[in-house]
Amino acid sequence: MTTDVIVRTTGLRKSYGKTEVLAGVDLAVRRGSVFALLGPNGAGKTTTVRILATLLRADGGRAEVAGHDVTTESAKVRTKISLTGQYAAVDELLTGEENLQMIGKLLHLPRARRRERTQRLLEQFDLVEAAGRAVKTYSGGMRRRLDLAVSLLAQPEVIFLDEPTTGLDPRSRQDMWQVVRDLARGGATIFLTTQYLEEADQLADHIAVLDNGRLIAEGTADQLKSSLAGEQVELHLADAVAYDLATRLFNGTALHADAERRSLRIATDGSAAGVRLLLNDLADRAIAVEKITLRRPTLDDAFLSLTGGKR
Amino acid sequence: MTTVYWAISDSVTMTGRGLRHLTRSIDSLLTSIMLPVLLMLVFVYIFGGAIAGRDAYVNYVVPGIVLLCCGYSSTATAVGVTNDMVTGVIDRFRSLPIHSSSVLTGHVAASVFRNAIATVLVLLVAVVAGFRPNASALEWLAAGAFLLLFVLAMSWLAVCAGLLARNADAAGGFTFIALFLPYLSSAFVPTETMPKALRGIADHQPITPMIETMRGLLRGTPIGDSAWLSVAWFGGILVVCYLGAGVLFKRRTAR
Repeated sequence: MTTDVIVRTTGLRKSYGKTEVLAGVDLAVRRGSVFALLGPNGAGKTTTVRILATLLRADGGRAEVAGHDVTTESAKVRTKISLTGQYAAVDELLTGEENLQMIGKLLHLPRARRRERTQRLLEQFDLVEAAGRAVKTYSGGMRRRLDLAVSLLAQPEVIFLDEPTTGLDPRSRQDMWQVVRDLARGGATIFLTTQYLEEADQLADHIAVLDNGRLIAEGTADQLKSSLAGEQVELHLADAVAYDLATRLFNGTALHADAERRSLRIATDGSAAGVRLLLNDLADRAIAVEKITLRRPTLDDAFLSLTGGKR
Repeated sequence: MTTVYWAISDSVTMTGRGLRHLTRSIDSLLTSIMLPVLLMLVFVYIFGGAIAGRDAYVNYVVPGIVLLCCGYSSTATAVGVTNDMVTGVIDRFRSLPIHSSSVLTGHVAASVFRNAIATVLVLLVAVVAGFRPNASALEWLAAGAFLLLFVLAMSWLAVCAGLLARNADAAGGFTFIALFLPYLSSAFVPTETMPKALRGIADHQPITPMIETMRGLLRGTPIGDSAWLSVAWFGGILVVCYLGAGVLFKRRTAR
């Protein structure tokens, strides 16, 4: 069990002055998994990552990465991890290739290995053509790719990605997702933070939801979604009369009613039998239904219902 | 032993980075050379005749111009340091298994190179304008050593300023001090010609003994206790700022 967990925190705390940013966070990330820390701005995601990446000292609690304590054995932790932050941590005045070479030297890779890794990463991240250009001429997506390429030089065991797609256009975001999937397939453990539910849904094996410095939910994307009401049926009624009749029939049990679009959302167990009963009920009363849609709650629904109440 | 080897290797890598920056921002290098050269030409050809006669004045003013040039160029270090702090590249360096002070050492080493180039160019222009040093080889060597001490002290001072500044513009403001201080010294006119209060400042600020030492070494004017005073001043500034930079670096990055 313990050998399986590569990142573990217990009761992690951090405050800036009187503002408590982390109020006791317990996390366990399995080796080889993609873990997403999901939360709105200011939830404490970046602070958590910075503590795990040894850039910041926690005020309390413990954190271990790859079997080493991040405070007392930070040098050892640094040899096992890489961090790609919200802002591309690359040297703007140097070229893409020079950035890779420089970090390769600082990682103390032998010359031949440095060359080989640089070349391969430039290819992997589609930066061969831009390799000789100064980074300040790169687009946001290219910078982010270079930043990630640089962080992979040493082939780290744990890759921290702090909001890897914030500020990217949809195309670059898709590219980045593909990169993350490839990395995960390569066997690395990926710890990513995001404020996009879709991103966590697409990428992560396990999601922890952070809000105001506390974990408020944890599980797979499916588990989080079903922690809300299960399946829903959305009824689109033929006309205003049918809408009125249907509203009376369900008598306040509808999860959502929209008079303008003449639609009602009703909870169901998602089975064919359940839906048939519902439709029979309507047919018996001659309530005309134009069409129905089966709907699962999105992660957004789960997220809003988890965090919304307290704001 | 390997620790020392890697610490040096990391600093060399960082110095290489600083030198590359230099070649990528030729315009700022030119500014830091052009400004002192223009100032020298203004003082020699416009004010020189009125102050002491052109030929005599060029020999008087060049050591001050060289220090002005080095002071100005050293303080450019502040901008580079601040840029590293605000752009996130520092997080990359800090998450590597390296000694993070090599980032700062690299900036200072690059500053020494930059100043060496600038000083040689300024001296060449000075010779064309009529500067005639009469220093022996040993005196040139000593002048180089004093200049190195000055550049190191000013660069580490600039590192501290860069670590304190919130953004690159604020860091750039620091160069103003470096540009202004030499005017309040014996760089352009002997301090005896200044009003009493001003003279008090000029005589006792660190740049004056440094200038007097350089003038003595290059032109054979009396040095007196200026050499020891400047070693004490700039040695002191160097030690304080070097140690201070370590503390400020920790504080700046512990957020």
